[in-house]
Amino acid sequence: MEHLIEVRNLHTEFKQSKGILKAVNGVSYYLDPGEIVAFVGESGSGKSVTQYSGVQLIASPPGKITEGEILFEGKNLLSYGQNSEELRKVRGGKIGIVFQEPMSTLNPVMTIGNQLTESVMLHLKMDKKQAMERAVELLKKVRIPDPESRLKAYPHQFSGGMRQRIVIAMALSCNPKLLIADEATTALDVTTQAQILDLMQDIVKESNTAMVMVTHNLSIVARYAQRVYVMYAGEIVEHGTTEEIFKNPRHPYTMGLMNAVPGLNDPKERKLIPIHGFVTNLVDRKDECTFRNRCPYATAECAERATPGLVKVPGEDGHFAACHRTITRDTKVEKHFDTMERSYTARDYSKLTDADKILDVQDLKVYFPVYKGLIRKKVADVKAVDGVSFEVYKGETFGLVGESGCGKSTVARTVLRLNDATGGRIIFNGDDITGLDDAKMRPYRRNMSMIFQDPYGSLDPRQRAGDIVMEPMKNFDIGLSQEQMDKRVDELFELVGLDPAYRERVPHEFSGGQRQRLVIARAISTNPSFIVCDEAISALDVSIQAQVINLLEELQQKLGLTYLFIAHDLSVVRHISDRVAVMYLGQMVEFADWNSLYSNPLHPYTKSLLEAVPVPDPVLEKTRERQIVQGEVPSPMQRPPGCAFSTRCPHATEKCRTEMPVLREGADGHKVACHMI
Amino acid sequence: MGKYVLKRLGQSLIVVFIVTVIVFGLMHMLPGDPVQIYLGDTATEEQVEYYTKMFGLDQPLYVQYLRWIGGLFKGEMGRSITYSLDVKELLLRRVGCTLSVTFPAFVLALIIGVCLGVVTATHRGKPLDSLLTSIANIGIATPTFWIGMILVYFFGLKLKWLPVQGYVPFAESPSGFLKCLVMPVFVLTLGHLSSNTRQTRSSMLEVVSQDFIRTARAKGLNENTVIYKHALRNALIPIVTMMGGAVGGLIGGTVAIEKLFNISGVGSLMLTAIINKDYMVVQNVTFVIAVVVVLCNLLIDILYGYIDPRIRVE
Repeated sequence: MEHLIEVRNLHTEFKQSKGILKAVNGVSYYLDPGEIVAFVGESGSGKSVTQYSGVQLIASPPGKITEGEILFEGKNLLSYGQNSEELRKVRGGKIGIVFQEPMSTLNPVMTIGNQLTESVMLHLKMDKKQAMERAVELLKKVRIPDPESRLKAYPHQFSGGMRQRIVIAMALSCNPKLLIADEATTALDVTTQAQILDLMQDIVKESNTAMVMVTHNLSIVARYAQRVYVMYAGEIVEHGTTEEIFKNPRHPYTMGLMNAVPGLNDPKERKLIPIHGFVTNLVDRKDECTFRNRCPYATAECAERATPGLVKVPGEDGHFAACHRTITRDTKVEKHFDTMERSYTARDYSKLTDADKILDVQDLKVYFPVYKGLIRKKVADVKAVDGVSFEVYKGETFGLVGESGCGKSTVARTVLRLNDATGGRIIFNGDDITGLDDAKMRPYRRNMSMIFQDPYGSLDPRQRAGDIVMEPMKNFDIGLSQEQMDKRVDELFELVGLDPAYRERVPHEFSGGQRQRLVIARAISTNPSFIVCDEAISALDVSIQAQVINLLEELQQKLGLTYLFIAHDLSVVRHISDRVAVMYLGQMVEFADWNSLYSNPLHPYTKSLLEAVPVPDPVLEKTRERQIVQGEVPSPMQRPPGCAFSTRCPHATEKCRTEMPVLREGADGHKVACHMI
Repeated sequence: MGKYVLKRLGQSLIVVFIVTVIVFGLMHMLPGDPVQIYLGDTATEEQVEYYTKMFGLDQPLYVQYLRWIGGLFKGEMGRSITYSLDVKELLLRRVGCTLSVTFPAFVLALIIGVCLGVVTATHRGKPLDSLLTSIANIGIATPTFWIGMILVYFFGLKLKWLPVQGYVPFAESPSGFLKCLVMPVFVLTLGHLSSNTRQTRSSMLEVVSQDFIRTARAKGLNENTVIYKHALRNALIPIVTMMGGAVGGLIGGTVAIEKLFNISGVGSLMLTAIINKDYMVVQNVTFVIAVVVVLCNLLIDILYGYIDPRIRVE
């Protein structure tokens, strides 16, 4: 049978100063009409390059497709030139692409109407008027409200989720046979992610379009894909139906990926098992399995021969794995990289007193004024945080979740006094630090620090690694001599799992995970007791994410640290936190210990957040009933008068729309702000 | 929009006012007496007194300042001491001269520079890019008057295709006017061209690496549409900013070229006036330049909004 697209033995290389990087090394795959197929792998696995090679969208030079065939509807796309008429007809006309970053994939200086009609006029040979009608129809299809008038709007006038809908409309505008979604929802909030993915699934099913989902998120794969290709280091290491892959993974890397992500239904004692080490350098490949250095099952034979081709798994139709050995979940591990246990003891909060509190936030308000007009008159306040109270006890991890714009980062920054509070009190270790000036604040700063989201942006690119870690010690003059500080830097490097020999390196010589370790080493260098982790792991690959989470937990136990852990990934927060607070539009809507919050969510917003998160189990996903909350978080400038969530809540009543609910405490300290409970 | 322009015009008025105060103050602080310079060492005291009175220089400074400003409102610019002429007439003639060199050069440098910039950016790393970029670098490094001298030597003195120097008004002889201008315009264009090319090149290179260019290519658009419709408009902002900085030079900044080709433009007028402490000329030329620069900057800010809707004023 002829497939819609069949790729055979694709090789793509990038010329680099150090040699030739074989980013895609002999990849073969196919798609049939109407199928949803996932490509899973971490950054650098070649999953995106593989897809872009197909439509020749890789920058050339330095990129070059050196070998292979891409048969699309029976014709070899590689026989066409990069900018040839024939290929351009396929690109956009028959193959649509949805890119990762909706904030930058649309041209900022063109109206979305023009951007939509452009390809319609080109490929469907419509005139301007027909194209405009088509554009309206497309915007309706992706559920953009009021499409006629929005055609004249520019991309910056839309939210991220709306922009991604427009990108999808654009990709679908010419009725493509194949849709490539390259990490299409990675940059979006969970509820938006679920909305967008469901929308894409519906459209694709309805029009019998085949879809490639490129993603690093196994949970999404479990929910949406029929077949999966797992990629590692430019090669496909496993291929099969989603059920088979999740039920019976046969490649150590696939298993590694599954063990590295926390799920919403995991037992709390489960320790994340990171994939040890880093991807081997793909410049000048050696004749050995590329996963060998990270593989817990590797034996001598793996070093002797190059990565094997895909071999059919006996007894299972269409399940292939590329491994020298026959590995199943029960196979004995050859070498352990790490301990496998994790102890978790729930503490009894009722016995704790005020003296056990490290942080007590009372009715915190942070408003940002909005100025307008000639004399910059203050016209309104953006209430970024509006009356939030919580306390953090020594040694615990306090999770703060919510979608972008809910004010969680503002809370964190204000608690550290990086922002000024408009109202309320912040009590740190028994002292009120709300109104302290910079000089009086300094002694407290030594005792609190922050781990930032982006390990690329939060390190000075010109500072050496050792100096980065030493700087806070010098800054706060913690009473160590230069020698002692040098020694401590070495100790800190070892503590976070970095080789002290790397002290003289500058940040760009480290990988993302190593950089985050460096950020952590800097954060703990002055021996603080309180650390704010603001999305500290969300920029990292899953296997590295697990390493960093484990490191944070280990440090907490060794050093007795207290974390305020801010994240949008609910599974990670569940895994790491003792107690969790949910924020929406600057207010806390629910608060409880991790177990009650996740097993018995009370607030409709918390419920909808949890429902939006896919779980990495295709069987469970099939039976799971979900109700995806519609709409988007309103702007804090136009906060609904009653309950902030009333505009999106399926249970909202008249009372909800007019009267703001207060946070009330129920059984076991489970607090919720909802009229309906 | 109308409100925004009015507000900006109001701000511009304040800027221009401050400029007039500063230039007036500076000129009168400098040592030397314009009448004395004009009359020379042999002048009698009576003569000096007479002329000082005639030009109103015996009045207190604030009266002199108010007289000048008051005149401006009536469209009068007073008299030049050195030239014994009405400054307005003098200035109009000189501005015409200067603009006929600088304006064509400005436009040519803009058009050609942007085109070359796009070509070098789209051919990045290829021989054409290397060639044009090297030429642009030489252009930036070479003083324009030196190129001008070489041109005069070949085309004026050796080949005798073009007049060596001078300026013929358009009304007198259109062909003479054009012939006179070829070399000065060419030399001036060359000076601006190189920086325009380089600016456009780097700006384009930055834009073509952006995600939305990949999106445009993914739509199957041809390369010309991608470059000219999607990339160029995004790359224009820094170029427009640079243009804004260059408009000041349109009126005042071409002394070298004017001297070389013996064109009596605003640049050489200003130079003579400063040396002779010709108050009214210096003050009024500065005033005109200030007004032009301020208005052009306003125009450019409006243009920004037109190019990029994200900075469009509400």
